[in-house]
Amino acid sequence: MTGLIIDNISMRFDLPNGTSVQALKNVSLTLKPGELLSVLGPSGCGKTTLLNILAGFLAPTEGKIMLNDKRVTGPAAERGMVFQQGALFEWMNVRENVDFGPRMKGMPKAERDQITDHLLEVVGLQDFKEKAVYELSGGMQQRVALARCLANDPDVILMDEPLGALDALTREKMQGLVLKLWKETGKTVVLITHSVEEALLLGERLIVMAPRPGRIFKEYNLPFAERGVGQDLREVKKSDGFANTREEILSMIWGMEEEIMGRMDAPKAGA
Amino acid sequence: MLVLFVYLALFIGSLALVTAFRRARARSVDYTSLKTVTFGDESAISPDRAASVISIVTIFLIWGAFTGSVITPLHVPGPFVGDTSFTYTAVNAQGETDDATVFIRVHPSTEKSETPKPELGDGFAKNDGALVAAWRSVLIRPAGNDDGGNVDGYQITHVNGTPITADGTVALADGTVTLTQRGSINFVAERGYQMEPLWLPSPEAVAARFLDIFSNGYQNIPLMEHLGSSLARVLGGFLLGSLVGIPLGYAMGLSNWFRGWFDPIVEFMRPVPPLALIPLVIIWFGIWETGKIVLLFLAALWIMTIAARSGVSGVRISKIHAAYSLGASKTQIMRHVIIPNSLPDIFTGARVAMGVCWGTVVAAELVAAQKGAGMMIIAASKFQLTDIVVMGIILIGIIGYGIDILMRMAEKHLVPWKGRG
Repeated sequence: MTGLIIDNISMRFDLPNGTSVQALKNVSLTLKPGELLSVLGPSGCGKTTLLNILAGFLAPTEGKIMLNDKRVTGPAAERGMVFQQGALFEWMNVRENVDFGPRMKGMPKAERDQITDHLLEVVGLQDFKEKAVYELSGGMQQRVALARCLANDPDVILMDEPLGALDALTREKMQGLVLKLWKETGKTVVLITHSVEEALLLGERLIVMAPRPGRIFKEYNLPFAERGVGQDLREVKKSDGFANTREEILSMIWGMEEEIMGRMDAPKAGA
Repeated sequence: MLVLFVYLALFIGSLALVTAFRRARARSVDYTSLKTVTFGDESAISPDRAASVISIVTIFLIWGAFTGSVITPLHVPGPFVGDTSFTYTAVNAQGETDDATVFIRVHPSTEKSETPKPELGDGFAKNDGALVAAWRSVLIRPAGNDDGGNVDGYQITHVNGTPITADGTVALADGTVTLTQRGSINFVAERGYQMEPLWLPSPEAVAARFLDIFSNGYQNIPLMEHLGSSLARVLGGFLLGSLVGIPLGYAMGLSNWFRGWFDPIVEFMRPVPPLALIPLVIIWFGIWETGKIVLLFLAALWIMTIAARSGVSGVRISKIHAAYSLGASKTQIMRHVIIPNSLPDIFTGARVAMGVCWGTVVAAELVAAQKGAGMMIIAASKFQLTDIVVMGIILIGIIGYGIDILMRMAEKHLVPWKGRG
């Protein structure tokens, strides 16, 4: 079976002080090729852990990840990663960053340049090819990161709060770009975010995770991503059901946060 | 104390002058000039180059003023030079008193002169003459030519009318006299505030010595060879240290076992100053080139190891993860991510190491060397050739500064991304 299968993943590790943490418990999910999944949840719910397991940086203690019938055992080029920031190689210029993956594979230069030129045009950086990455703004750097990931032609793109460090305006523009790229390339995308709005806009499917232990709390199938492709995202936000769903998820997460705070406060009140 | 006050006065005075001068001229309005909060805002502080120039000029002015140099118009009072005299009153065994004069000629230490031969004069006390070089003292025995000077009861009671007893001192216009227990008079000519060339030669004397040594060499070895051999040792030791230290640092940054194995050694050796190793290195490797290279190797080794280790540890994990996710192999990650990422740290380490090596080589040459910057100054100091010592110190400083400037330029050129990750 093709696609990305998360098969009953659990993750538990010991802390130096003798206790242990159940970061994830019995997480299962199947993504068809080309699906766009956003993952939402309060801090500490294990969403980053889940993404690191998908990328192959962490090994789950139970369960397994299958991608196109192959078991994931470590990082590989088929699963590209876009980080929040600071993952570009500042000793390389924009072009060298983008064609890093193909270059490592030993692809001939002419072919690489073609890919790079095309992708830089897609992300709107064709004039910045030879610039140093530290000369670019935060939004531009994330465009480079997206292009770098796409240049390697992965099956799955994993995004760890890729727009988290951007200002609101740039963020909105980048959300449109992510949607456009998803639709144009047909890649499977898993996106982690803190922003409920972003999760709604950039998730055909959306899972809300709950902490202690980290687990899937609720799953949604949403129309907004499809509506948003090539459209003004502000219109999408005004469209049917957006505001309601946002409120529903927000109060769900608030509830979880309050429960965490309550648990933290409880021993203090007892003492 | 006086120097400190003069220095402070020049510091404040030039500040006031430059500020007034700048105020008088129309100023360009840049962003920093519009800041109202500059106290505490590090970004608003940049070195005032006018101050730097005045600072250097001030050092030479003070240096010149206190050494009677030709480069400064004003000098502090120098030592007394010329003829002076004082009168002493003696009482003889018979209880009679008489006056006599001592004529003293104080001559510049660079010139020869003759002792004054005054007329003996009347009475039992006779006039004396004495010759003394500037800054020096002379012991005069007035009783020597006085009638009855050897008889018990003869005694000097006054100098220039001021009563004096044994070990007592009387200040004169051009010096001081002290009466010794044995009835002699010690005359010290007024020293002034200038430094004797033996303590601090004047700037032009140092410059002249520099030209002399530059063209004729020192101890039959050209100046460039002295400096060159010091530099060669530094480069040799530094390169060897880097050659071993950088790979070792990488290994320590990449492997638990290496880190655990070498951590105690590196952490133990790091705080040991290289100078403390000189005796052991001499015992093991002798005092010549091998010993020095080994010493500099050890000086550079730990610094470079720690720099390379922190360069590897400092790599952001997201960069490594990104590279793995882009399909890079371990070798490729080493070559394209870890090494370039560690270069800024390695450059910082190299700058520190070069500085330490330069300091260490001079110190090592003080102990033993046939040529070198350190050997030059230690050999000169044994012959009290202070001008060569001062020249050597200035050259060592300039070269050390030059090395750092070169390293900084190389850094800017080779790792432009430093601090911008």
